[in-house]
Amino acid sequence: MKNFKYIYALLMLCCTITFAQQTPASAQKDGFTIVGATAHIGNGTVIENSVIIVENGKIVSCFDGSVAKMDLKGKIIDAQGKHVYPGFIGTNTNLGLVEVDAVRATNDRDELGDMIPHIRSLIAYNAESKVVESMRPNGILIAQVTPNGGRISGTSSIMQLDAWNWEDAALKADDGIHLNWPNSFSRGRWWLGEPRGLKPNSNYSKQVEEVRAFVTESKAYLNGDKASVNLPYEAMQGLFNGEQKLYVHVNDVKGITDAIHFVKNNGIKHMVIVGGYQAHLVTDLLKSNNVAVLINHTHSVPALDDHDYDLPYKAPKLLADAGVLVGIQNGGMSNFQTRNLPFYAGQVVGQGMDKEEALKLITSNTAKILGINKRVGTLESGKDATLFISEGDALDMRTNKLTHAFINGRALSLETHQTKLWKRYSNKYKTGK
Amino acid sequence: MIKKYLILTMLMCGFSLIAQEHFPKNDGVKSKNTNYTAFTNAKIYVTPTQIIDKGTLLIKNGKVVATGASITIPANAVIVDVSGKSIYPSFIDLYSDFGVEKPKRQGGGGRSPQYDASREGFYWNDHVRPEQNAIDNFKFNSKSASELRKAGFGVVNTHLQDGIVRGTGALIALTNAGGDSERILDQRSGQYLSLSKSVTSRQSYPGSLMGSLALLRQMYLDADWYAEGNSSAKDRSLEALNANKNLIQIIAAGSRANDIRVDKVGDQFGIQYVILGGGDEYERINDIKATNATYILPLNFPKAYDVEDTFAASVLELEDMREWNQKPSNPKALADNGINFVFTSSSLKSPSMLKANIMKAIAYGLDKTKALEALTTAPAKVLGKSNTLGSLINGAQANFLITSGEIFEKETTVYENWVKGHKNVLEDMNVKDIRGDYSFTVAGDTYNLNISGTSSKPKATVKSGNKKLGTKVSYKDAWVNLTFTSTDTTKQEFFRLVSRVSNSDNLDGKVIFPNGNESTFLATKSSKADSKKKKSEKNGKEKSINMMPITYPNGAYGFKELPKQETILFKNATVWTNEKDGVLKNTDVLIKAGKITKIGTNLNARGAKVVDATGKHLTSGIIDEHSHIAAASINEGGQNSSAEVSIAEALNPEDIDIYRNLAGGVTSIQILHGSANPIGGRSAIIKLKWGESAENLLYSDAPKFIKFALGENVKQSNWESYGRFPQTRMGVEQLFVDYFTRAKAYDDKKKSGLTYRKDIEMETLAEILNGERFISCHSYVQSEINMLMKVAERFNFRVNTFTHILEGYKVADKMKAHGVGASTFSDWWAYKYEVNDAIPYNASIMHNVGIVTAINSDDGEMSRRLNQEAAKIVKYGDVSEEEAWKMVTLNPAKLLHLDHRVGSIKIGKDADVVLWNGHPLSVYSKAEKTIIEGVTYFDIDRDKTMRAAIKKEKSELMTMMMKDKNKGMKTQPIKKKDKPQLHCDSL
Repeated sequence: MKNFKYIYALLMLCCTITFAQQTPASAQKDGFTIVGATAHIGNGTVIENSVIIVENGKIVSCFDGSVAKMDLKGKIIDAQGKHVYPGFIGTNTNLGLVEVDAVRATNDRDELGDMIPHIRSLIAYNAESKVVESMRPNGILIAQVTPNGGRISGTSSIMQLDAWNWEDAALKADDGIHLNWPNSFSRGRWWLGEPRGLKPNSNYSKQVEEVRAFVTESKAYLNGDKASVNLPYEAMQGLFNGEQKLYVHVNDVKGITDAIHFVKNNGIKHMVIVGGYQAHLVTDLLKSNNVAVLINHTHSVPALDDHDYDLPYKAPKLLADAGVLVGIQNGGMSNFQTRNLPFYAGQVVGQGMDKEEALKLITSNTAKILGINKRVGTLESGKDATLFISEGDALDMRTNKLTHAFINGRALSLETHQTKLWKRYSNKYKTGK
Repeated sequence: MIKKYLILTMLMCGFSLIAQEHFPKNDGVKSKNTNYTAFTNAKIYVTPTQIIDKGTLLIKNGKVVATGASITIPANAVIVDVSGKSIYPSFIDLYSDFGVEKPKRQGGGGRSPQYDASREGFYWNDHVRPEQNAIDNFKFNSKSASELRKAGFGVVNTHLQDGIVRGTGALIALTNAGGDSERILDQRSGQYLSLSKSVTSRQSYPGSLMGSLALLRQMYLDADWYAEGNSSAKDRSLEALNANKNLIQIIAAGSRANDIRVDKVGDQFGIQYVILGGGDEYERINDIKATNATYILPLNFPKAYDVEDTFAASVLELEDMREWNQKPSNPKALADNGINFVFTSSSLKSPSMLKANIMKAIAYGLDKTKALEALTTAPAKVLGKSNTLGSLINGAQANFLITSGEIFEKETTVYENWVKGHKNVLEDMNVKDIRGDYSFTVAGDTYNLNISGTSSKPKATVKSGNKKLGTKVSYKDAWVNLTFTSTDTTKQEFFRLVSRVSNSDNLDGKVIFPNGNESTFLATKSSKADSKKKKSEKNGKEKSINMMPITYPNGAYGFKELPKQETILFKNATVWTNEKDGVLKNTDVLIKAGKITKIGTNLNARGAKVVDATGKHLTSGIIDEHSHIAAASINEGGQNSSAEVSIAEALNPEDIDIYRNLAGGVTSIQILHGSANPIGGRSAIIKLKWGESAENLLYSDAPKFIKFALGENVKQSNWESYGRFPQTRMGVEQLFVDYFTRAKAYDDKKKSGLTYRKDIEMETLAEILNGERFISCHSYVQSEINMLMKVAERFNFRVNTFTHILEGYKVADKMKAHGVGASTFSDWWAYKYEVNDAIPYNASIMHNVGIVTAINSDDGEMSRRLNQEAAKIVKYGDVSEEEAWKMVTLNPAKLLHLDHRVGSIKIGKDADVVLWNGHPLSVYSKAEKTIIEGVTYFDIDRDKTMRAAIKKEKSELMTMMMKDKNKGMKTQPIKKKDKPQLHCDSL
């Protein structure tokens, strides 16, 4: 019996080898120019008939070909009738941390412990994940990889999605710490005979105090001689010196308000609200404190029967219209659904948001919120050449069809485990006939 | 010590009282009391409608001898003059657990569920317990008897509140005196049932509402079969069930929806249940009326929510707020519709809350006579004991209340509750009622005194001018002691008054000053007329109850009046016909009488509502082949086959997801059973007619479907369960072979005319074998897909649909050969091991091979944008837009064998259409109107109006709740019901 197990394991290994991940593209050697495409810059503007020159992994120039002229570099990619976009950025994902949701052995997203900022997603990121590879054909080229669970879940990192290993993948290592703000409501412990539904969380103040105590203790520790090393406290350093952001996962008005006061009063430099189901009700507070929101993805249902059926669809627009900096996050959805990110943004267009504004929700706004906007998020000169060409409008399912994708000017494979199976079986039936 | 003697004396009294005719007497002479007791000058409610204004009630030996205005009182009568007082028959509660202790919950028991029964010689299911008899567990509880008597009850029908069939109840008179020989009126006074399992067994079946209903049906079939002597084995449960057959059958349904469900079970077997309702019957009163049942109504009207915390209050749902506002109207709604009902105190925390809640129902318009009937004559009638209980007609049991006035008035005191001729004093009726307003003068200062509360335990306030003084009063044995503070609040000074109550209405006596000096006082009572007038003014104010209108469904986005079928002419639309004509530009479509009647250009129709659809797209409604919305339960996981259960019995037409799906252009769905078992339950195919009753959602002519499932879920791979067959895909095959082999044998026997035991599960499986029922099978990997087709072929039937079918692309040629259709996800994968090779190109490959392919949701969120999921098939695999659109309309209609009615825009088909503001496959487009059979169930403009109305109504209710709290009424903390989104694996 045991032998069988080994044979099975070997077989599995063989399978894995057969369906191995696409080989990461090598560094850009020669320059190239994309000509004729409609360029969606990502900052709200569009250039029809664009010329985009890429050299050494950077966008050298992006301009309107019908107005300006410049020497084209290297290979010319004719993209007449096509569209160019900056690579889409997923946030609050578990990419590379979870392969199959139901298989515990493939799940590395939630470590034991309540206040564990020292736990880092970076080093567990599986660059060869089949789920990661499936992001690229839809235009998602960058993702924040975030641990979950507990009160302080750990530290996230921002990865580009075509790499040999986590070290090469890191676009920004350890970008921020994730705090699950205490919930204003708790669920009835039905197994003890309490009603199942939600009721106000009687431990809310206690839980907020626990967070405050941890932050205060960390600060005190960091001010001291650190004679005896405390890993969790040590990991909080970046929040106080501004190198890291605090991502506060919270949805309700009370929690958002309390969290903003908490951050202000405790010397934490940058915060971002993640979730923000009710953020549209406190836009003045968010603006006056310069707090950005990574709003829940739009493909979710309203929390109450009474709420507008389209509230999740329009939530990003409500925030943007009020002047809040907003991006869309994937949290709460199954990992693989991160590839639907462009359509989460497209959904907002249906609610009256301008298409280019909607694009910002997954490009420039997100880059600003994550603090990577100097390198990515738009098709402006000087930025990383992390971009793709789509046959049509990339925010609409029907027309999101990629022909090329680049990370730092490297031409990516758009093949995946899934496209291989597609071709293999399509062929089977063709030859069968 | 004294206490001990008291108990002893009481016990001895008890013993002497139970002396009966045929008992020997060893402690004295055998004597018999043949005296009468006559209550004279009373207002007597012989029945709620037969009232004697000033009459006599004559009782003897625990029975009413006579009632009337002119009764000759025998010489050997003890006469009690109760002038000014009223006499009512005492109350009866049909749904009680008095004196019958509930068994303890069976705890622990390892990590795997228990699938088999734990008893021998009884029914195969531990939760069927008709052999239980309340009387065997009955132990008179004098404490709760006293509480019940205080609330006015004289008789209760008690039972063991445990199990789906709970066995016989016992009718008990609530008398401490007389012992069980007098108390037990009937030891087989009815059989009780419910939909909840026994706590004494961990047997997992039934694990759902559908399962409970199916179990009841199979049990009745088995009982008949057993009664005919067909069983070779002993079954004490079925024997008891058959023995209890002629008793009244009382079933705890507990909600309006369940009322209707259990009534249907009863109808099938010729049983008219008496139904314990949920108090929400008013929401669809016509459906309740149609059951013809008598209802036992709970009176646990909800308290207002404490809405002071605005954050917490923001999670309150309109439907819960309305429930608070509307529920007290329930008894009136039943009364107005001529539905028989009785009241129970069982759902109240204490029987003492009965009166306040009945008064609330009366304030909502319930007729007082009806209220009284619901506690007296109506329950007596249900019990078939109208001659002896519930009234004071000659020969009835002497169970009655003596009150100070009308029983459901706030000020009324119940003095005595007589049970079987035994007197129980609640309040001493000889105590003079001193309540009222007085004024008196002490040391030159005038004070006003108000005495309220109960007549024996009054409360008092003394005022000097407008100043309220600290006041205490005690009233005992005709002596009143009153203490109040002096007007100078800087000092701690008390005036003390003492008075012996006399025949005069005024109080007089001694006053003791703070300095110890004494004097006399006279407190003069103001005339009753004044205070009554005030009272009635006050009552008048309280009676103006502002009840919110009921909507269908009775919550957010419900309709006050159901929308009507219309004749509508769409002008100048882009029409996606799904027929030969393809997509027609600038085309008019006329719908009339619920059908599509014309398609063309420049159409005109008199009386039609014209909709300008320029720039818009008109399509047939979206059909979701695999949905789990609109159901109260999805999985019956208690057995590996649950072919006997039906989702149609568990529909929830109030699910907000129906409305949200309409807003996404969905018009029809198949609600499939979950994937807990290889053989699941029967499907319900419905139209999303928001606001209609469950019955009206169902397709009248839908073909029969059943859910099957394969793979990880049925093997129970992803949770801790190791004891149920099958645990492997190998076992799954054998399970099917076994069931179909047995179903074949069953069907053969049935067709041969031999006697057979009717088995709902086998009947269902035989329908599959006979081509009368179709399978939609949850499936993932190619091996199992192939396997089920081979099993089907072996038994000469065809699998109709593989749903999910994520590796369908690997065996598409075999599927095509078998003739099975596919209903798949657009792009789901990576959530389980078995979906490792799931690819978004699946639909396109299957489609290209020639399989009828649909895109489904299995999810209440995704289903509201299935148009986008179809669009993904254009992206993944380059299927044409028209063909992709069919995957959520015509193709699922074909898979459901409903394409003769729905799925395309064709003359003669149902007018189930959607008007989109743009291309239906675009992520940017919205449904503006969703129409089913000519009725507009979703309209984007009406939706906006409804949003505003919800906001307005909620703030009005919020204000009403705050007023309630300010009045000092009790409130309840905020809570929000759990309404999980259901999926295949929801248990």
